[in-house]
Amino acid sequence: MERQKQEGLLLDEPLIFERSCPGRSGADVPAPAERPEDFLPPELVRPPVDGLPEVSEPEVVRHYLRLSQWNYGAATTFYPLGSCTMKYNPVANELVARLPGFAHVHPFTPDALAQGALELAAELERWLCEITGMVAVTLQPAAGAHGELTGMKMIRAFHRDRGNPRQKVLIPASAHGTNPASAALCGYSTVTLEGNQIGLIEPDAVRKAMNGEVAALMITNPNTLGLFEREILQISEIVHAQGGLVYLDGANLNALLGVAKPGHMGADVMQINLHKTFSTPHGGGGPGAGPVAVGAALEPYLPVPRLVRTDEGLRWSEDFPRTIGRMRTFYGNFGMHVRALAYMLALGGDGLAQASRLAVLAANYVRVRLSGTYHLAFPGTCMHECVFSDKGFDAYGVKTLDIAKRLLDLGFYAPTIYFPLVVPGALMIEPTETESKDTLDAFIEAMLQIAREAREAPERLKQAPVHTPVGRLDEARAARRPILRWQPRSEAPGKSA
Amino acid sequence: MLDAIGVASVDELFRDIPAELRARAGLDLPPGLAEHAVRSRLESLASRNVPSLERCFVGAGAYPHFVPAVVDHILQRAEFYSAYTPYQPEVSQGTLQATYEFQTMVALLFATDIANASMYDGASAAAEAVLMALRLRSSRQRVVLSRALHPQYRDVIRTYLEGSGHEIVEVPYDNSGRTDLAALAAALDDRVAAAVVGYPNFFGIVEDLAALVPPIHHCGALAITATAEVLALGILRPPGEFDVDIAVGEGQSLGMPLSYGGPGVGLFGTRLAFVRSMPGRLVGESVDRDGRRGFVLTLATREQHIRRERATSNICTNHGLMALAFAVHLSLLGKHGLRNLAAHNLARAHAVATTLEKGGWKLPFGAPFFNEFVASHPDALARYERALNRGLLAGVPLSRWYPELGSSLLLCVTETASEAAVGELVDTLAPKDA
Repeated sequence: MERQKQEGLLLDEPLIFERSCPGRSGADVPAPAERPEDFLPPELVRPPVDGLPEVSEPEVVRHYLRLSQWNYGAATTFYPLGSCTMKYNPVANELVARLPGFAHVHPFTPDALAQGALELAAELERWLCEITGMVAVTLQPAAGAHGELTGMKMIRAFHRDRGNPRQKVLIPASAHGTNPASAALCGYSTVTLEGNQIGLIEPDAVRKAMNGEVAALMITNPNTLGLFEREILQISEIVHAQGGLVYLDGANLNALLGVAKPGHMGADVMQINLHKTFSTPHGGGGPGAGPVAVGAALEPYLPVPRLVRTDEGLRWSEDFPRTIGRMRTFYGNFGMHVRALAYMLALGGDGLAQASRLAVLAANYVRVRLSGTYHLAFPGTCMHECVFSDKGFDAYGVKTLDIAKRLLDLGFYAPTIYFPLVVPGALMIEPTETESKDTLDAFIEAMLQIAREAREAPERLKQAPVHTPVGRLDEARAARRPILRWQPRSEAPGKSA
Repeated sequence: MLDAIGVASVDELFRDIPAELRARAGLDLPPGLAEHAVRSRLESLASRNVPSLERCFVGAGAYPHFVPAVVDHILQRAEFYSAYTPYQPEVSQGTLQATYEFQTMVALLFATDIANASMYDGASAAAEAVLMALRLRSSRQRVVLSRALHPQYRDVIRTYLEGSGHEIVEVPYDNSGRTDLAALAAALDDRVAAAVVGYPNFFGIVEDLAALVPPIHHCGALAITATAEVLALGILRPPGEFDVDIAVGEGQSLGMPLSYGGPGVGLFGTRLAFVRSMPGRLVGESVDRDGRRGFVLTLATREQHIRRERATSNICTNHGLMALAFAVHLSLLGKHGLRNLAAHNLARAHAVATTLEKGGWKLPFGAPFFNEFVASHPDALARYERALNRGLLAGVPLSRWYPELGSSLLLCVTETASEAAVGELVDTLAPKDA
């Protein structure tokens, strides 16, 4: 099939290195009068780095603008990527994060001259405590998984202080892969808890697995199937009764604002993904921000530095003897904290609660409209996301991957696919509150069309996508013969074979 | 929508949540504000900070550098910032190709075979490098850190290793400000999995990798360098040329504002032979059905979403947008612009150091430095305070990390400091009448 992308102004774009022309530069930086060898022994000096681009400013702009046109973002397209909460990222927040009083402040500015930054951090901590029902927050972790690691380090320190760090962590089979990976990084082995026939963790399953060797339960609520763990109160009690702690993965907090607080569910610690629930941009894969909120038991173990209020105002203090230490440089992804607070201030308490209500409404609308056509993994009301599968489509030789690729042709980003692992061929859809009913209807129509095509013209799904800058890419080949960088002066690979 | 779902109210959708939780869930938070009110609120907070790009003489892990307008223009393309991890490569070629270019640039700067798609920051990248070395040398339990490595990098490595049963040994710096070679050699034996040094180190000093790396390798350990000021690699011989095994760094200097310390971007380079032990995402080249070049996430079997508790790291999201900023800025500078900018920093820092020395300050360390140096004076702290009162950030006092350097400042001079500010700095730190 002839690809439309080859036509008109949708141009192919070489690597920036392949645009190089010796002697060009996009920056006006003349060489200084002094030679490097005036200050450094010659054996420490390198020549100009061979292979770095030599391109003009217009060429740089054109290169990256063209690349941007090959991307789909939540701002360009409905992006129902389950578990990632791809809500709209308000443009206004991009502006405030760039105010010189935020963007150009050095992290070693004395506290007295950075009171605005410290007040901002303190206010964000207050909002997060109120929303989660926890008692204290660190803003330091750089991402959700980094927050998980921080939380698990604190859990380990808590148990170590009581004489035994313990050996195991209980994790539901539906959990994100970061949960077991974070626990393993803290030296814990993991015990997998299977869900019941309606996708939930049973108190009995926890009771059976729980003993004095178990440091914690890591539980996501709502879980990755989009279901609220109804027995969470009893489950927390079982864990606590054996001296264990409850880590609540806050990845799905977008369902809970003003609806239920993890602090009331027995959670001892949780991470909050500002790039999900609080609208900071996902950035094509970060930077995120993963503040960690704790209850009283873990508060002494929070990373340093921490904010303390004194008569002279706020200051950073490292004077917390039971702290786990530092998780990264400085104070976290401050630029993301500014955006998140701007979002919260704009919505206010009522607006945040309304966001969760609309997110849950949207997910249930999609769930009901697609049930019957697609196999719903677990029945019943969902929270912020719903999980379907490709069950039944095997009769036409069609898989989840084909459905996802065809969606790209129909103008939508794909849902999260093949996750959670407990649902074979999963299609996980999280519409978020920022989509109109029109958009949801158009997406639903596309999904229904794909189901019809699966029966009537399955080849169309297998060929998909055709209306994208490139067709389906050979991922096996990339892994078998990894080419992970461009090489200078070698034969550049041709643009098309 | 409620009719389609078959419920009478949105409240009904929450009936799976225990009533006792719902009853207490009210948010004691103020009502929402209009856009102009949010902005003025944040402007008022921002006004209580002292931004100091032109009057900033501090580095210490976060460097004031000029960011050309093009960089932020590209970052504000919502096609980049509102996308997520490129799970669907056919509609993510922008992010994927830019990341592939970033990986190439980092590998070129480090002179390593390969580099990954980025880490959170320099310190967490250093900690991940140590964990990787411990996987590659799994029979060894000990890690050696130079005391001249950035103190926060050492702290983070310590936090990451706590409870793992591994042991950290610190070796001192010598009179020249470099890692003490004899002490390092004494600390190296067959229990050591890796040794980490800064390049340049926390004092801005260029470590003698030609001397440090061979003994590390001789005992069978891996050599790791951490570069907090990546601009230095525009002019210094790269770690890869000294046979360093893992080179990590902080990329904030290229393309990112200071932003009170974050976000920056962690850089991570190593040998191709180690790729399957490497943490973080990787983009690789492939072809589509018609043989057209395209880019995909690859070697994901190392990662948490596939391997779960046996993954090389728990990292998921990295700092993709900051990697883009890095690549755009480096593309603008190019081969010669980078070199010239680095040379400028080198020359300006040396000029200020020389002037201070003539004005009665001592430079306690004699080894070569890049754009950052230690200067000592009995009256250092009082003069630092005096500079603050004049709106000059005159370095950072070193005593909080190095009590033995009590009357010393770590000063940094980059291209952003105006000539006038340099003059004021010198007048304040080394007044003619003193």
